[in-house]
Amino acid sequence: MSNIPAELKYSKSHEWIKEEDGVFTIGLTDYAQSALGDIVFINLPEEEDSVTAGESFSDVESVKAVSDVFSPVTGTVTAVNEELLDNPALVNEAPYEAWLIKVSQVTDSEELLDADAYAAVVAAEEA
Amino acid sequence: MKLLFERSRPGRGSTLLPACDVPAVDFDQSLLRAQAPRLPEISEIDLGRHYTQLAKQTHGVNDGFYPLGSCTMKYNPRVNEEAASLPGFTQVHPLQPQETVQGALEVLHTAQQLLCEITGMDGMSFQPAAGAHGEYTGLLLIRKYHQSKGDTARTKIIVPDSAHGTNPASATMAGFKVVSVPSNDMGGVDLEALRKAVGPDTAGLMLTNPNTVGLFDANILEITQIVHDAGGLCYYDGANLNAVMGHVRPGDMGFDCVHLNLHKTFATPHGGGGPGSGPVGCKAMLEPFLPAPRVKEAGGVYSLYTPDQTMGQVRSFYGNFLVVVKALTYLITLGKEGIPEASAGAVLNANYLMKKLMGHYDMAYNTLCMHEFVMTLQGLAHDSGVTAMDVAKRLLDFGIHPPTMYFPLIVHEALMVEPTETESPETLNEAAQAFLEILAEAKDDPESLHHAPHHCPIGRPDEVTAARDPILRYNFEA
Repeated sequence: MSNIPAELKYSKSHEWIKEEDGVFTIGLTDYAQSALGDIVFINLPEEEDSVTAGESFSDVESVKAVSDVFSPVTGTVTAVNEELLDNPALVNEAPYEAWLIKVSQVTDSEELLDADAYAAVVAAEEA
Repeated sequence: MKLLFERSRPGRGSTLLPACDVPAVDFDQSLLRAQAPRLPEISEIDLGRHYTQLAKQTHGVNDGFYPLGSCTMKYNPRVNEEAASLPGFTQVHPLQPQETVQGALEVLHTAQQLLCEITGMDGMSFQPAAGAHGEYTGLLLIRKYHQSKGDTARTKIIVPDSAHGTNPASATMAGFKVVSVPSNDMGGVDLEALRKAVGPDTAGLMLTNPNTVGLFDANILEITQIVHDAGGLCYYDGANLNAVMGHVRPGDMGFDCVHLNLHKTFATPHGGGGPGSGPVGCKAMLEPFLPAPRVKEAGGVYSLYTPDQTMGQVRSFYGNFLVVVKALTYLITLGKEGIPEASAGAVLNANYLMKKLMGHYDMAYNTLCMHEFVMTLQGLAHDSGVTAMDVAKRLLDFGIHPPTMYFPLIVHEALMVEPTETESPETLNEAAQAFLEILAEAKDDPESLHHAPHHCPIGRPDEVTAARDPILRYNFEA
């Protein structure tokens, strides 16, 4: 079973979201990193780029495939975890610490799931 | 094994270049490099042995069955090579006067005519050097078209989520924004989602048909109509043309431009060999924008010309010309009866093998397939821990190249199998037997499959380290 911390919010496309004072931190869930396998490259946006809910803002490459990462919110990127550019394996090792981007000035958001609802999404995919 | 640099000894080796048979030309001495490049110096026999040793560690179409889905690893007839090695094709220079290379120009012209007939297009350029390059060129055509009408608002390309990864990559390279539309439960385009996605900002749609799960999208006319009604153009990715060539034409499905992979569908080498060739065909309204130079014929004389509104060159000269010679040889060998027979054979072979495996392996879609089918090993992985990767690796022990793995992304633990028409029933039966034996092993001894292959020169290379920390040049100081 994959690890789904209760205090975070989730998207159906396997991103986790933590909101603090209007800043949304976004990363990949444990299920996503495990399904992707060993990640070898992460392409990230730059600070001040805008992201749109439901649209891709990054792609991650594993030995299996390249996959898009979708933004659950619309807003402006205020921070990028540049450590991941040199060491993408951090996402595999600690998916809930290895955040990808932080977004502020959020004007729109997908419907975010709580841990239970996300666990059901994962269970359905594994079925 | 030793690298060429490690085998190198000063002064050893053969003369690389023939004697100069043209007048020597003086040039600016500042262009000379300060010291000679450190090329390996090796005798011809050692060099030959090095490459033979490498060849023994690989698996090619000449070694055994190669059902690599979406890659159409069909047999490449030797006669193609023979045609391409004729001196009239090999001993020519791209800048030589046109009246002295009429035969080469005729090859381009005839290949264009035949491939336009097969695709339902009006014009074609052979400049793109491979598939993704063709996609990029096709997208530039779409952009030029909208620009020529003063329509600069069309900035988005729609791509289904089952598409080849090169589609969104090419669209991004060409300066478009990519809009992904979900697939329906048969892996086809979700019409409602497409209707919502199109609008005044739609430049076009990129699609393969049959799609990446090996199914023909029966809604294709409606799909292209939706895009056209919104003012967009439709781009056909020819990756899967081997399923339908000679039966259905992209032009008749409503597509405005296409790229072909001569190195897949038209039996020229690829997969480490190549080079590829990704010609782009289009309807008449896009022809003025095709890359230059193009070939035309008047009164039996062939000549090169530059279309008025050309996008320019996307590659030097005329593309990978000798690949076109090989493809044309293939087209002429098969003829207008042979081409549809080849695609029918590809579909028959895929369905034959799928039927043999059905009931043993889970199919992602339980229906007749086109030229390839997709299995999902999710159930097997869940029950036994044996993954698509394990099965793929074990197939190597049976002398079979693994199918495409973990693609398309919409199917979990996917194995995508494309036998092609050039395999015999015996080969397909042996492959089915191998798949079934591996399934039995997965139940009896799953652990051993995690370490497969057991009898190959290379077992499981460390792909992760190779990707994360690649060593791309020889270190002379080490």
